[in-house]
Amino acid sequence: MPVEVRLPTLLRSQAGGQASVVVSGDTIGEVIEALVAEYPGTASQILNQDGTLHKFVNVYVNDDDVRYLSAFDTPVQDGDEVSILPAVAGG
Amino acid sequence: MLRLPNEIYLQMIGHCITGLPDEACGLLTGPYGSGEIVGCYPTRNAAASARLYEIDPVEILHVDRDAQKRGVDIIGVFHSHTHTDAYPSPTDVAQALDPGWHYVLVSLRDTHPVVRSYSIVDGEITEESVVVLTHAAKAS
Repeated sequence: MPVEVRLPTLLRSQAGGQASVVVSGDTIGEVIEALVAEYPGTASQILNQDGTLHKFVNVYVNDDDVRYLSAFDTPVQDGDEVSILPAVAGG
Repeated sequence: MLRLPNEIYLQMIGHCITGLPDEACGLLTGPYGSGEIVGCYPTRNAAASARLYEIDPVEILHVDRDAQKRGVDIIGVFHSHTHTDAYPSPTDVAQALDPGWHYVLVSLRDTHPVVRSYSIVDGEITEESVVVLTHAAKAS
């Protein structure tokens, strides 16, 4: 199903300047896969080379971090809000 | 150039002092690509440390949603250095992801807080000027 994904400013230049994009998928894994297929420039900033989620990126479905749900197997339903957020940290 | 209202300037410093002895942090919003700060969101330091800071992603999510409602974006982050200069540490540089963000440092080492701002692009640090807008300046 079509899902709207909110992008951080960091990724927008790789997605034609859009703040959010609509891609298709029934799980977070499928949504991310569709996103990087459509906007290949986002891949290296979202995923590690082994296909796992980059540690500097957090993916939320509504108010929940997918790492604490079922990660890439987390289902998305009609009306869910998917957000990709940068990690913000330092020393 | 970073331009911010005096209220936000004072809010950042106040939040950093309140956070002592730990580092304190928060997010800044405005039009992406500009240095015009219109919103300041003090956050918790999830690392609860005098040497590190980390913003809980759920706080970033809520700030992002509020910014979106206001037609702006998160365009920067501020954090304190409790005992060192207002200059990005190697950890700050390693974790600075967004070339369009403003990385604001508040040093509390000396009697008077020192606020400085930087862009960090591919590990390269560039200082920018910080302009605090008083009411008189805003009216002009």
